[in-house]
Amino acid sequence: MMQSFRIPGAGRLTPAKTMRFTFDGQSFTGVAGDTLASALLANGVHLVGRSFKYHRPRGILSVGAEEPNALVDIERDAARKTPNVRATVQELYDGLAATSQNRWPSLSFDAGAVNDLASPLFSAGFYYKTFMWPKAAWKSFYEPKIRAAAGLGVAPDQPDPDHYSARFAHCEVLVLGGGAAGIAAALAAAETGVRVILCDEQAEFGGALRFEAGAKIDGADGWAWAQTAIAKLSAMDNVRLLPRTTAFGYYAQNFVGLAERLTDHLASPDANAPRERLWQIRAKRVILAAGAIERHMVFADNDRPGVMLASAARAYLNHYGVAIGRNVGVYTANDSAYAAAIDLKKAGVDIAAIVDLRDNPSGPLVEEARALGIEINHGRAVIRTGGRLRISSMSVQPKNGGGERKIAVDALLMSAGWTPSVHLFSQSRGKVAFDEETKRFLPGIYAQDCISVGACNGTDGLAASVEEAYAAGAKAAKDAGGKAAKAAKPKVEASENWSRGMLGAAPGAGPDKIVKAFVDFQNDVTAKDIRLAVHEGMRSIEHVKRFTTNGMATDQGKTSNMHGLAIAADTLDKNIPEVGLTTFRAPYTPVTFGAIVGHARGALFDPTRKTAMHGWAEAHGAVFEDVGQWKRTWYFPKPGEDMHAAVNRECRTVRQSAGLFDASTLGKIEVVGPDAATFMELLYTNPWQKLDAGRCRYGVMLREDGFIYDDGVVGRLAPDRFHVTTTTGGAARVMNHMEDYLQTEFPHLNVWLTSISEQWAVIAVQGPKSRDIIAPLVKGIDLSDEAMPHMSVREGRICGVPTRLFRMSFTGDRGFEVNVPADYGQAVWEALWTEGQKHGACAYGTEAMHVLRAEKGYIIVGQDTDGTVTPADAGLDWAIGKKKTDFVGIRGLTRPDLVAAGRKQLVGLRTNDPKIVLDEGAQIVADPKQAIPMKMIGHVTSSYWSENCGRSIALGLLTDGRARMGETLHVPMPDRTIEVEVTGPVFFDEKGERLNG
Amino acid sequence: MAKAAAKRSASAAASIERHPALAGGEVTTAGVRLAVLPPAERISLRAPEASITALTRALGVSLPKAPKTSAAKAGRTALWLGPDEWLVIDEAGGDPLADCAGVKGLHSAVGISHRNVAISVSGRQAADTINAGCPQDLSLAAFPVGAASRTVLGKVEIVLLRTQEDTFRVECWRSFSDYVLAFLTKAATDAA
Amino acid sequence: MLLIHCPYCEEERPELEFRHAGEAHIARPTDMAAMSDEDFEKFFFIRSNPKGVIYERWRHVHGCARFFNAVRDTVTDKFVMTYKAGEPQPKKLPGAGK
Repeated sequence: MMQSFRIPGAGRLTPAKTMRFTFDGQSFTGVAGDTLASALLANGVHLVGRSFKYHRPRGILSVGAEEPNALVDIERDAARKTPNVRATVQELYDGLAATSQNRWPSLSFDAGAVNDLASPLFSAGFYYKTFMWPKAAWKSFYEPKIRAAAGLGVAPDQPDPDHYSARFAHCEVLVLGGGAAGIAAALAAAETGVRVILCDEQAEFGGALRFEAGAKIDGADGWAWAQTAIAKLSAMDNVRLLPRTTAFGYYAQNFVGLAERLTDHLASPDANAPRERLWQIRAKRVILAAGAIERHMVFADNDRPGVMLASAARAYLNHYGVAIGRNVGVYTANDSAYAAAIDLKKAGVDIAAIVDLRDNPSGPLVEEARALGIEINHGRAVIRTGGRLRISSMSVQPKNGGGERKIAVDALLMSAGWTPSVHLFSQSRGKVAFDEETKRFLPGIYAQDCISVGACNGTDGLAASVEEAYAAGAKAAKDAGGKAAKAAKPKVEASENWSRGMLGAAPGAGPDKIVKAFVDFQNDVTAKDIRLAVHEGMRSIEHVKRFTTNGMATDQGKTSNMHGLAIAADTLDKNIPEVGLTTFRAPYTPVTFGAIVGHARGALFDPTRKTAMHGWAEAHGAVFEDVGQWKRTWYFPKPGEDMHAAVNRECRTVRQSAGLFDASTLGKIEVVGPDAATFMELLYTNPWQKLDAGRCRYGVMLREDGFIYDDGVVGRLAPDRFHVTTTTGGAARVMNHMEDYLQTEFPHLNVWLTSISEQWAVIAVQGPKSRDIIAPLVKGIDLSDEAMPHMSVREGRICGVPTRLFRMSFTGDRGFEVNVPADYGQAVWEALWTEGQKHGACAYGTEAMHVLRAEKGYIIVGQDTDGTVTPADAGLDWAIGKKKTDFVGIRGLTRPDLVAAGRKQLVGLRTNDPKIVLDEGAQIVADPKQAIPMKMIGHVTSSYWSENCGRSIALGLLTDGRARMGETLHVPMPDRTIEVEVTGPVFFDEKGERLNG
Repeated sequence: MAKAAAKRSASAAASIERHPALAGGEVTTAGVRLAVLPPAERISLRAPEASITALTRALGVSLPKAPKTSAAKAGRTALWLGPDEWLVIDEAGGDPLADCAGVKGLHSAVGISHRNVAISVSGRQAADTINAGCPQDLSLAAFPVGAASRTVLGKVEIVLLRTQEDTFRVECWRSFSDYVLAFLTKAATDAA
Repeated sequence: MLLIHCPYCEEERPELEFRHAGEAHIARPTDMAAMSDEDFEKFFFIRSNPKGVIYERWRHVHGCARFFNAVRDTVTDKFVMTYKAGEPQPKKLPGAGK
């Protein structure tokens, strides 16, 4: 087919720049600047899809973002398949491959169209009423079947290979919509020197000037004026123009979300270029110049391919040079369709007849049509269309009934009037008001610093729109701090005026039960459905909407909402404002997940934090585990070892010789100031005033409710300086918790907190040989037990670099934690490793660390506690300063529930069969033979195979646990019940002799 | 506190190798150049109003009192981060921690030289690049040369300092530097 | 995303830099240990959760790191004003009485 509907000399595209594309596998050509829709129409293709519910053949209705019918799949390759692309928005590129949706096996023969014949069964609310029983079938049967039959394209099954960009931007004046009004507003604002951003969803600015042939501004054709103005704006440093950019969401304080499409129109996009960019714009003033959307007429079979909005047909002609038919009918209730008929007629297309519902249409457009010899049937209605996959006739009848006349046509234009686009205004929380005279909702009460101009404000006519927009642009800029404007105001010399029209169903829409007069094309909602909803008791438009799904499709009812509302109001015998308008919500048009996600995918989904020794661990075969955002070394398998073998070896080696462990992820906070000890006393349960400089203490931190919040070893470096450690996961929130108390409850204290988590890399050297390993490398610190006993801290040097050396143990063996400035972490580790090798030491990971501490009954906050555990529950009441009169949590500890009998307490659990390792989280019961549900008296919090004990070990929280020592309890599992003996939590070296061993 | 601080002076030569979090390198696109900056000495300085004069004298650079500002002198920059908080960065080989050690007035100086990593973002599209993940207005009017602020970039916290009209210094914590560099690299490629 | 005026940074900054921190003007008693159970319950667990004007704490956690107080309308989600921590609860609100 050779673009036989392209009219030579018409439109603004260059015929020589041809492009090939395919639709459902068939090859076509179009020209540069076409949309997929205009290119299909140029080839005489109107049938582009099947409807959602009835699988009725559908054509192209519109020329823009409001398109409900022409949804197609665009496929670049296996991974780049985009469903539900509006053919009216998709720009043509060479090689574009599109397929129709929602049909099987083919577009022209669709088996699902049987739904259309069976349509009396598929009335509004059909799904709610029919698929109710059996309830269980909904999820497994009905829903998947219905979804498949009513599908909207197919999502690709491969990851999206494209990338998406994001940008925060600020401006004084943001203009949403780049038609004549938006351009005029931007011109006025830009001249004042303030930052202006102008966006439009189309590839080119100009809006309705695209089709409004009669417009003349500043002596030029309207479209040409728009392009000149845009060229001027684009040359200004303070202006950012964003074509192909949809303002989809208007949020609080003039925060507007924009989706910019960067490559969807290109034949071979640069693989490095982002496909879309999400703009998050904060504007001092917003100018809404969103225009208006033409409504269709609601009458029987108004959805047949070839039936189209009048302005769309006009745009296809005047911009794309495409005639939508050769013998075109027109059905209208306002003047704008006349303009389309006139333009088509002048281009050599036959106009079969204009059918005008109005009794006595008049005015220059009507006169001009008449003068061109076009037949005008006023006071009449189109009551149905004929044809199958394309309209072949329209049946005309006087609107109050009477003789019917069938007129052959191959296309039908319709216009019921224009609906101002108040979507973004409404999203801004502005309140719309119904204008009785013109029967439309207009911006009423503003909630933000924005202003509507032009057609979206109900301003009729180009001259008035431009005048209003220009003044609004100048004012917005001035209010936002701009200088006085000096630009010349655009002068509109000629324009059309097409206000008024009708709302709701035209005479051809009923009352016959099987008449399908579509209100919402995409969701297959007819006038009858809306009447039915009212008859079934829906009174609010919100209920009518949900019952019928009117306006709930991907087009969000851009063409259908007002009709639906009017029909509901008419059926209810109420005024439109009494029935109310449904809420407009973001997004205005669908936004890809890619645009929303932006950079946050792959490596940038979430930061991956690595310690200074990560590289060494990786090179030495470490397996890592994720702990929050951190990668921690889990275990270091030697060749041939599985995890168990590696962990067993590591645990054994640490107790026999020594092990090196990367403890860098622990949170670290430096607490400095004369009141440091006083502050520590308030934030931890322990006493700190009398702790000597150079000594450490295990600290317990509570929340005000008395539950354990965090723990860690704290070293006092100087009377006024503490080095506090927190759990890895608690680092940020403990810092926040401490800052909160310091700033808001104890601001009188002279003390400051600094996070030093990442200043210091921490290498734990644990085991009997630990001192021998570090000794050769340490300078200026006496490491003898007398000079540096367990739980002390010294500052000195190791390998020539500063160190904060802690003598402490999380294994129960002699141990040190070597803090060095992070950039030296790896080199110090390597030096320690070399020394360690002389003593048979190993590197160990978090798994061995967990086992070793569990052998000693040391808890891990967040594993053995869960936010409802008190120090007494965990056996840590010794850490509470008994003489203290205040600390965070002191009052919580005496709450009735916290001192009541029967609390769960930390205990050790030994399985009777030492080989069985309990599951962490398993429940404990006293009587395994009781009926289900059993009474659960506790649960396992930590459980491991302990190589050093030669058996499994476990910790658990158990009701009255300490009173149950020696009792045998039961852990029921799916396959068996495990007997356990309750013991103390220390499994290894109960006397603690190894700390100095 | 003076004694404890002085002991941690980093001036003595280390006998071992230093491995910064980011092994240098740079990324250049049409409008942006990213460069990992060499290690610098840094302290987090906290002090009440009364100590500012003494600390200014000791450090040789004034501690700015106005929000979102910084002051620089002889390779040393003091960034206002909060009403009693400054980040002092020394790129000239000095030791600000030692300099503060002698100050008697109330203050807290904590060494964080290794905690932070700095990346320079320069070029025509430097601000656009950072605005890929930073929600602040980075126009010269709102964020002039010398402006400094703690803020966010994507999913992490950064400290941002504008050193020239088209140059920013982005500081982040060590373990976030991979993310920040990768984010800025992606953003620099996309900046249009 | 809201803009929040930080009373320490003396300008409006994007919400991403802030963290909400619960209701304001609930002072921790100086003699905690002596509180009755009822008083502790009121202090720790009970919050006003009003429809309308609420006094709440925010922290400019990714900015100056200060905690401060804010008056916000829970119906409109608009900030009426913000003020520094430790300053008294404002008796008169700008634009109040509407």
